[in-house]
Amino acid sequence: MTPLKERLVQLEVLRYNPDTDTEAHFQRYEVVCQEEWVVLDALNKVKADIDPTLNYRWSCHMAVCGSCGMMINGEPKLSCHAFLRDYEGVIRVEPLAHFPVERDLVTAPDDFMEKLKRVKPYMIPKEKKPISEGEYKQTPAQLMKFRQYSMCINCMLCYAACPQYGLTPSFIGPAALTLAHRYNQDSRDGGRAERQEVVATHEGVWECTFVGACSEVCPAQVDPASALQQMKITSSLDWIVEHLIPGGKP
Amino acid sequence: METISTDVAIIGAGGAGLRAAIALAETDPKLRIALISKVYPMRSHTCAAEGGAAGVIKPDDSFDMHFDDTVGGGDWLSDQDCVEYFIHEAPKELMQLEHWGCPWNREADGSVAVRPFGGMKKQRTWFAADKSGFHILHTLFQTSLQFPSISRYDEYYALDLLVDEGRCQGVTAMEMRSGELRQFHAKAVIIAGGGAGRMFPFSTNGAIKTGDGMAMAYRAGVPLKDMEFVQYHPTGLPNTGSLLTEACRGEGGILVNKHGRRYLADYGMGPETPVGQPQLKTMELGPRDRVSQAYWHELQKGNTVTTQWGECVLLDMRHLGEKKINERLPLVRELAEAYLGVDIVKEAVPIRPVVHYMMGGISTNTAAATPLPGLFAAGECACVSLNGANRLGSNSLVELLVFGRRAALSAAEHVQGLPAANAAALNAQAEKTQQRIGELFSRTDGSESMSGLRKEMQLTMEKNVGIYRTEEGLQEGVNKIHELRQRYRRVKLTDKSSVFNTDLFQALELGSMLDCAEAVTVGALARKESRGAHQRLDYVERDDKNYLRHTMVHHQGMDSPRVDYLDVVITKSPPGVRDYSGDHK
Amino acid sequence: MSRRPLVRECPPTTWYFRQPRYMRYMSREITSIFVGAYCVLLVVGLQRLADGPMAWEGFLLALQSPASIVFQILALVAAVYHAATWFNATQKAMPIQIGEGFVPGKLISGAHYAAWAVLSLIVLILAGVF
Repeated sequence: MTPLKERLVQLEVLRYNPDTDTEAHFQRYEVVCQEEWVVLDALNKVKADIDPTLNYRWSCHMAVCGSCGMMINGEPKLSCHAFLRDYEGVIRVEPLAHFPVERDLVTAPDDFMEKLKRVKPYMIPKEKKPISEGEYKQTPAQLMKFRQYSMCINCMLCYAACPQYGLTPSFIGPAALTLAHRYNQDSRDGGRAERQEVVATHEGVWECTFVGACSEVCPAQVDPASALQQMKITSSLDWIVEHLIPGGKP
Repeated sequence: METISTDVAIIGAGGAGLRAAIALAETDPKLRIALISKVYPMRSHTCAAEGGAAGVIKPDDSFDMHFDDTVGGGDWLSDQDCVEYFIHEAPKELMQLEHWGCPWNREADGSVAVRPFGGMKKQRTWFAADKSGFHILHTLFQTSLQFPSISRYDEYYALDLLVDEGRCQGVTAMEMRSGELRQFHAKAVIIAGGGAGRMFPFSTNGAIKTGDGMAMAYRAGVPLKDMEFVQYHPTGLPNTGSLLTEACRGEGGILVNKHGRRYLADYGMGPETPVGQPQLKTMELGPRDRVSQAYWHELQKGNTVTTQWGECVLLDMRHLGEKKINERLPLVRELAEAYLGVDIVKEAVPIRPVVHYMMGGISTNTAAATPLPGLFAAGECACVSLNGANRLGSNSLVELLVFGRRAALSAAEHVQGLPAANAAALNAQAEKTQQRIGELFSRTDGSESMSGLRKEMQLTMEKNVGIYRTEEGLQEGVNKIHELRQRYRRVKLTDKSSVFNTDLFQALELGSMLDCAEAVTVGALARKESRGAHQRLDYVERDDKNYLRHTMVHHQGMDSPRVDYLDVVITKSPPGVRDYSGDHK
Repeated sequence: MSRRPLVRECPPTTWYFRQPRYMRYMSREITSIFVGAYCVLLVVGLQRLADGPMAWEGFLLALQSPASIVFQILALVAAVYHAATWFNATQKAMPIQIGEGFVPGKLISGAHYAAWAVLSLIVLILAGVF
């Protein structure tokens, strides 16, 4: 068996410590890695062997917990899913764009957490029934209608990719709106009208100008851009029904 | 130090913690709930569970069969009153999740679909593709957002329990983004802090699974139960240790050695079943302990495949076809492709057993109560004695729900009519935490490197407390972990900053893991028999006469822990033979 | 010490130079200026037509000036680019589910291209080109 290939990797990592720094700076690390590793492995080796003061979040190492989002060469990525084989030369690692930096690669996701709550991303059942009456029937086709949108891991890469969010922080943003869409599309749910109060507003889907970056960077193939455009269409139809059809209710 | 007063403090916001929080909020909307977690809830490791969750729902299934599978799967070390409660609650909890929107896979008629799983006699595993844990976690988290009585303290690292007048009355925690300590005064505390698989070097567990909850209870005088039972999942990726769900085999995947032989037939799980037609409770659908042990024997015989990532066997799913793989195992395909460069549609994937789950944990009874009044525990950090000596796949996700809720109900009952807390006494205890952390910061004689100690601990656990164990190896493990605990007192903190100091948190996590590791090694050395996941080469038989008992390990400060035993609750199933051969039918 | 989060602003006027995908987005947005300008041109043409044959002749003459031809070519390129990106986007805005599966996105976009071609043909036929 051929042994695993090794490679000297150069990382340029944004450092910021509010205790001592007034602004951020880049620090260069050189570390021997295996070719099949991901950027997170390289950071872990730096932290264990070179610099214990480097800070970042991570956990699952399988692209499902959503902890380790970072800008890698300017692109929002999960560092556990950014393969060294895809990079040449110095790899530049920065905290996720558009979020305040607490320290090094650690950002504050408070704004996202608050917005997620606002869109009511939970089942508001069409008809309530007790557990003893069994499941709400849902065909595989009805499941497929929303399943893709339920795959969001809340990693916030889409927020880091979205220039609209960067420029207009009041924008509710791709992931939260997509989760609203996920419940709207669920055959068991009847909460769309409630969610529209937040979703169909200038801070909601109408702030989206369809750059499409959210879907390009999404590590879970959720396609938020698609969800938002669909919501714009249905919101427009609501408006038409309400304003142009006598007695119409969306 | 700021004090936060609450009714119930929950430590950990994964599946069990979130389920507990929701149950409390629903039981009594006036209860104030503090949900404390060192990570944001959706980062909790519940998200990595893949295969599914077991609950009797189909007409050909029965509670008795789920009972027998669980008790036999656990090699009769499960408390049978606990199993009884669990199997009846399981379908209700899974149905509750359905009502909350969990995207379970469906049959054509719209009812919930189930899939086969290892050690289960009937198909009863509810699943959401191969991201079941992920969907359970996010469904719970999103559902929890509608309850105003749940106050979340995300990224608070819990440190020590506050115990006064023989009751648990709160916890101290550090806000990670500021480095400031807080004390939570609570009438009841629920620990839902997850497992401790990270004490091993090769594990499916995320970085956060460092046994903090277990160690916190242990230090407060609550025994850790059955810690020697560590589950190896048979099918992990050989380089990253990422989990390839048991559903790979449930859907029909087969395990072969380097000769192409389905070797499980040689270890009491045969005769071979036709490829692509998995039969329940036999061959690839044997229990995890047996399947992992078979790998070890194949390794000894030289039947494994040598790869650049070490010795492996092959998991072959090619015959399932691309359509079924994409529909039911999309994550597995993605993981193998991305991290190993193997497309499971076209090639067999090399795998090897990997540390996955702690059967043991904080000693609790069927009401999720620990021996310390006011302290409850649920999920992987707890040992309610559902899983015995070996957990069956797809029982743990349900355990989170059933006992998360149970802990909440017990806590809600406990908080009624309690006398007022003695704030001064609690403050004094919180001061001790402050001193402990302060000492770590001001230590000038720190000579031990944190990553160095961690590496030594992990290698010790892998070498001496693996799938098969011996007296000699275990003794070496006990001695080494004891030595590492002593050396840990001189661990060096390099980073002295206040904001999000992960050097500090890794040091604290290492302390937790060392405490847990000591309980594992000491318990394993003392158990001179082979049962479930605890296999000894020097005591190869199960010994019901002496060891049909739970190991209880008690913390003794820096000294070696004390070990005693607790009888197993047997109600209707006397210890018998675990038969996973196809012949038994 | 306490928290002091660092805010890294998104530069309001230069952000689109940061990534090629932002540049692509901006180029799509800019095409609408040409499309809009061409619409103004058409309205002016209508106005001239209403003003009588003399005005209309003058308008047609002006259209043949080199500057005008350059503008029209640019507007045509912009309109084609805008239309193409728009059609490519339709698959996102209007996914069509049949049973458990979805109609391939290429088919949805392709249908738009086909409709475009057919409509253009009809217009050309009506205009007497053939």
